[in-house]
Amino acid sequence: MTEDKDNSQNQDQGQDQDQGQDEDIDLRALSDQDLVEQMWDDLYDGLQEPVVEGTNILLERKWLPYDILTKSLIEGMRIVGIDFRDGILFVPEVLMSAGAMKAGMKLLRPLLAETGAPSLGKIVIGTVKGDIHDIGKNLVSMMLEGAGFEIIDLGVNVSVETYLEALEEHKPDILGMSALLTTTMPYMKVVIDTLKEKNLRDNYIVLVGGAPLNEEFSKAVGADSYCRDAAVAVETAKDFMKRKHNIKASAGSSAI
Amino acid sequence: MPPKKPLEVLLIACGALAHEILAIRKQKGLENLHVTCLPAILHNRPALIPARVREKIRAAKPRYDKIYVLYGDCGTGGMLDAVLNEEGVERIAGPHCYAFFAGQENFTDMMERDPTRFFLTDYLARHFHTLIYKGYGLDRHPHLKDILFGNYRGVVYLAQREDAELVRLAERAASMLELPLEVVQTGYGELAPFLERVA
Repeated sequence: MTEDKDNSQNQDQGQDQDQGQDEDIDLRALSDQDLVEQMWDDLYDGLQEPVVEGTNILLERKWLPYDILTKSLIEGMRIVGIDFRDGILFVPEVLMSAGAMKAGMKLLRPLLAETGAPSLGKIVIGTVKGDIHDIGKNLVSMMLEGAGFEIIDLGVNVSVETYLEALEEHKPDILGMSALLTTTMPYMKVVIDTLKEKNLRDNYIVLVGGAPLNEEFSKAVGADSYCRDAAVAVETAKDFMKRKHNIKASAGSSAI
Repeated sequence: MPPKKPLEVLLIACGALAHEILAIRKQKGLENLHVTCLPAILHNRPALIPARVREKIRAAKPRYDKIYVLYGDCGTGGMLDAVLNEEGVERIAGPHCYAFFAGQENFTDMMERDPTRFFLTDYLARHFHTLIYKGYGLDRHPHLKDILFGNYRGVVYLAQREDAELVRLAERAASMLELPLEVVQTGYGELAPFLERVA
């Protein structure tokens, strides 16, 4: 999806020459906005090197690491997510894009810690018992981490006991559960019901996701929300954290 | 009194089952069963399956006495069943074709014992290279293998037919994924009795 920056270019030049044109783009010559948009394109195309180069250029231009993450990388992946949902991109392309985002994040991660980027909250996440699929869960973790959440990833085939231990140990704001199989998704209810039995359910925001899930299922098992894709997971997690803070703030003010 | 004419029955099936359905129909002489298929590649986007099945049902209703659907839930998360309830059409039971080939209880046991195994059927053994290897971009991006298949510990080939060539293809598939192969001869499992019942 790399855009042709020169609108006067003859459209009949053919694919090879178009690729040559792309290679000639001097990222340093681009304005901030054009560079960010070029990074969206490079993410879309799964190109690690230009994404890393673009990240470096924005850092040189004194952009805050958090802004680079949210405005270029996460926004780029949001676009990828939309085209995946609409059947324009497929799993391999999304994985290549995720690889490019990871390369950019690798550069930014230590800087984010140094610059005191906002921590939006803590999330314990895992693929439920009986299920070893983690592509979606890993994308969600990466995007949430990029957005400023602290992630404790329990991996795959996670039992209710392991979820409970992790919740006790890490005291997160959010519990995220993923499943790809029709046969394993009901296990989310097992986890949520156990939380209810132990009077722990209201301590956590519970978000669920996975290809066979939908909003109706999420309600039926007692989750707080279903996240259709990684970008929606980020927005949903942010919204719930805002609400949580608002509740705390209003409780604090009424106490005064 | 003339013999009673059998009902004309349409099976709306996943393309991955076409060969097996036709084989059972021939073997059992179920001439009143007609088959129409949707592309097996829809499994790469299961959310599309319910609407495509509904289209087929509505187009076929005026022309057949009975319609049945030969899909598992196939990752639709109950959405296929919701459509079938609305349309008043029954499907073969089970979450996947693996389950009705292996037998529901047997498949559940296999998954509970070890969820880290990737399943092949005759169809998937035959088309592994196109649907899985190329379909998931492993021909273009071999490094994606670990991301896509890194959690798997083995391949189980649920064989419908006894066919040395298919076993060889399953071995090739397992070797491409660098995983050990187990071959389980299932035959047509629950598919054959289902077709006999609805014919």
